[in-house]
Amino acid sequence: MPSAGPVAGSRSFLSRLREGDEIARMVTFLFAASVVLVTLLLVFDLWQGSVLSRHKFGFNFFRTSVWDPIFDHFGALPFIYGTLVTAAVSLILAVPLGIGAAIFLAELAPARVSDTLEFFIDLLAAVPSVIYGLLGVFIVVPLMRQYIQPALKHTLGFLPLFQGPAYGIGFLTAGIVLAIMVIPYIISVSREVLLSVPRDQREAALSLGSTRWESTWKVVVPYARGGILGSIFLALARALGETMAVTMVIGNTPAISASLFASGYSIAAVIANELTEATSNLHYQSLIELGLVLFLLTFILNGLARLLIVATSQRGAGMGHA
Amino acid sequence: MSPRLRWRKIVSGFMLTMTGACALVSVSALFLILGYLVYHGGTSISWNFFTKLPAPVGESGGGMANAILGSAKLLLLASLVGVPIGFFGAIYLAEFSGATSAFIVRYAADLLNGVPSIVIGIFAYSLVVLPFKHFSTLSGGFALGLMMIPITLRSTEEFLRAVPNSLREAAMALGASKSRTIATVIVPAAYRGILTAVLLAFARVAGETAPLLFTAFGNRFWSQGWNQPTAALPEMIYRYAIAPYDDWHRQAWAAGLVLLGLILVINIVARAILSRGIAVPRS
Repeated sequence: MPSAGPVAGSRSFLSRLREGDEIARMVTFLFAASVVLVTLLLVFDLWQGSVLSRHKFGFNFFRTSVWDPIFDHFGALPFIYGTLVTAAVSLILAVPLGIGAAIFLAELAPARVSDTLEFFIDLLAAVPSVIYGLLGVFIVVPLMRQYIQPALKHTLGFLPLFQGPAYGIGFLTAGIVLAIMVIPYIISVSREVLLSVPRDQREAALSLGSTRWESTWKVVVPYARGGILGSIFLALARALGETMAVTMVIGNTPAISASLFASGYSIAAVIANELTEATSNLHYQSLIELGLVLFLLTFILNGLARLLIVATSQRGAGMGHA
Repeated sequence: MSPRLRWRKIVSGFMLTMTGACALVSVSALFLILGYLVYHGGTSISWNFFTKLPAPVGESGGGMANAILGSAKLLLLASLVGVPIGFFGAIYLAEFSGATSAFIVRYAADLLNGVPSIVIGIFAYSLVVLPFKHFSTLSGGFALGLMMIPITLRSTEEFLRAVPNSLREAAMALGASKSRTIATVIVPAAYRGILTAVLLAFARVAGETAPLLFTAFGNRFWSQGWNQPTAALPEMIYRYAIAPYDDWHRQAWAAGLVLLGLILVINIVARAILSRGIAVPRS
């Protein structure tokens, strides 16, 4: 690290001050400290802002499903349910697709093709969520209503998951839109992790007579397991916190239903719709508590993801490859 | 070839083909999105879109000039908040900090980076909107600026760290002070990377909608000032897409095309800047 080398350390404080070093250090320190300050303030604000609701409802906030601004009673279960269900649907769709694509990019495609495709994947990750919402409303919803939901009902209709009228909007649609949104994250991170797997691992498996796929699936992927899991956690955190695309296609009905065709609500969507129109202080604070829940969920998932990804990449890098 | 080996080869070939299909499907999503936007939005873009105010319900025509100006103002404010904090914070991390303080700052930045945008919106609402009892351009810019900080900070730091130590040592050996070394040697050496970091952060917040719902709020007319609500492109797309009017839907598509075009162009430019040679020529 270049900081405070012997040169800087040997000069007196006054001479460093005169040359501007001490001033530069202090000024940049103030900027860096403000990042910490703002983050602490954000956590404090969510905690302090939800004090009424936390004290009044306690743990029941997560167990009851009445959301009634008129009688000032708030239970968050339908929102939590909707958030988890849509995130689960999105992961079920995005994980196989994303990992498959990452394997192709890291193991099969020539470097030029892989880099070009990765460039497009990066662009896909840059598409803002409101655009996904726009396409969700006008493209995915009609498709779901006319083709996909009737087809699912026809073939898998005996499952409670695929029953009920096909409105087009609902959990399934939100999950599909979320899946498209999180795929780039899974691909980018998994590809990086797979590329960091040392070359000898592949060569050893191939020299023992395994096919290309066997060496990939039984050696390379298990080696990178932790990092791939990390990419899935990142995607999950993103899916849980996503607001616009979900709000536009989930239907915004605070109800819990077994059917994926039914419309529901998510934590982020209810905050987006009600925060500025909260009728009472308790209503407002309940929404903030939902924000706190969302924050904690994503905080834990992001933390885990980072640990897993760093641990896996370093394991690969430790063998002498980047 | 034994049946067993043949079977294994077939499985291998099939699964590898499937991974290719996965990649193709994922990448095609980008082109489908672009295609739909060009198809639906292309016909609705006209000169009026960029110069006129939104038309009243029922009247056709009109544009989103106020939202375009609003977005520009919001992004200007966001850059004023996010770029200096990210840039100077990164200089502190890369050049001055000790291990502990660097860990804390990095940890806070990563935390902030992971916060869902809607929660950033809540924060800006309770911190800026409630005390002033006003939805405002300022609060929207503040919310977007917060989101720019961690992206700018972390990537700028990485690019500063990538500057070889020999450059630092050479400057110091010539008698330059540390601050002078940073200003005249290190930052110029890393400027491509820093520019890329700032552009990517900018593109990221340009499409953010959720934090604006509680802060900039939206406005069907020209914003009256920095402390008044303003329209913004992403926020207009949201409101227009969920409204029941066909004419508004066409405008939403047009706005979507303009927004996505802007974001993709910034992304491509940013990556081009970076790839036109590494920041520091190797000796």
